Amino acid sequence: MIDQRLRPVFTTCVTLGMAVGVFAVSFGVASVSAGASVAQTCVMSLLVFTGASQFSAVSVIKGGGSVGSAMGGALLLAARNGVFGLTMSPRIRGRLPKRLLAAQITIDESTAMATAQTDPDLQRAAFWITGVSIYVFWNLGTLIGALAGNAIDPKKFGLDAALPAAFVAMLVPHLRTQRGRRAALIGAVLCVSTIPFLPIGLPILVASLGVLVAVPAPKQPELPPAMLPA
Amino acid sequence: MTWGLVLGLAAGAYAFKVLGLVVIGDRPIPAMLERCLALIPAALIAAIVAKDTFSIGQHLQVDARLAGVTAAVIAAWRKAPVIVVILVGAAVTAALRALR
Repeated sequence: MIDQRLRPVFTTCVTLGMAVGVFAVSFGVASVSAGASVAQTCVMSLLVFTGASQFSAVSVIKGGGSVGSAMGGALLLAARNGVFGLTMSPRIRGRLPKRLLAAQITIDESTAMATAQTDPDLQRAAFWITGVSIYVFWNLGTLIGALAGNAIDPKKFGLDAALPAAFVAMLVPHLRTQRGRRAALIGAVLCVSTIPFLPIGLPILVASLGVLVAVPAPKQPELPPAMLPA
Repeated sequence: MTWGLVLGLAAGAYAFKVLGLVVIGDRPIPAMLERCLALIPAALIAAIVAKDTFSIGQHLQVDARLAGVTAAVIAAWRKAPVIVVILVGAAVTAALRALR
């Protein structure tokens, strides 16, 4: 029963991991061309493991920014993983070592894939499968990119549109409730309207937190949208 | 690029992850905050879609991606499997660029 329901989730999560891996190749190339060694580039993907922060740090260094400003911008972006951790925490139960391991793979994609599921078992499965597959493909892609040193062009294959397309599919379950639709609309508008003014990656954090202010609490207690039956 | 930046960033990024998931996450949080957190995923996913569709860095730009994502929205609306939605989005974007 669970196996049959798990199969499409597994396929989707691993596909997403492979798509992210392609972007890791471009990170590897960008990092090396910004003056980092292959070892520094690979250790960053292994230990930092949050794409927007890594790209941001490399971009600041390449643009001639200081170590401090590179660190500041990247950590500002990394803060949003703390918010995702709050969202995931009720769904990730277990001993401390397991939760410390789960923390490393608490990123945009694993949180989004988990909360797109309706069943608690499938939410946990989607979180771990997405997190682990992205970890594997992100680091594999980084190594390939750092070694190759010359970009394959993700744009040629439309891969830059493949990621938002994947998130479009994930967004659908959240649009079943009026509050979900309102949150999605406000999130998108906040993000796009702040992109020109805020450091790269920060608009997503603003959109995620802004919605807390913009959407009033309901009079009746409600289940989170992801927990509602299909 | 220095090792200090690489390792400092690694420590800081992991600290945020642990703070949310392990340190704060296990304790009861106010019901109001819990309800509000239920809204974050919808806003987050919509924001990622908007960012990846309309922006390059801090620059807003309408290009072939919009056609691809619009095609993906139509596919998702018609309840196509997620993989089909992804492939439609990438294929339409790539085709439009190839034609140009």
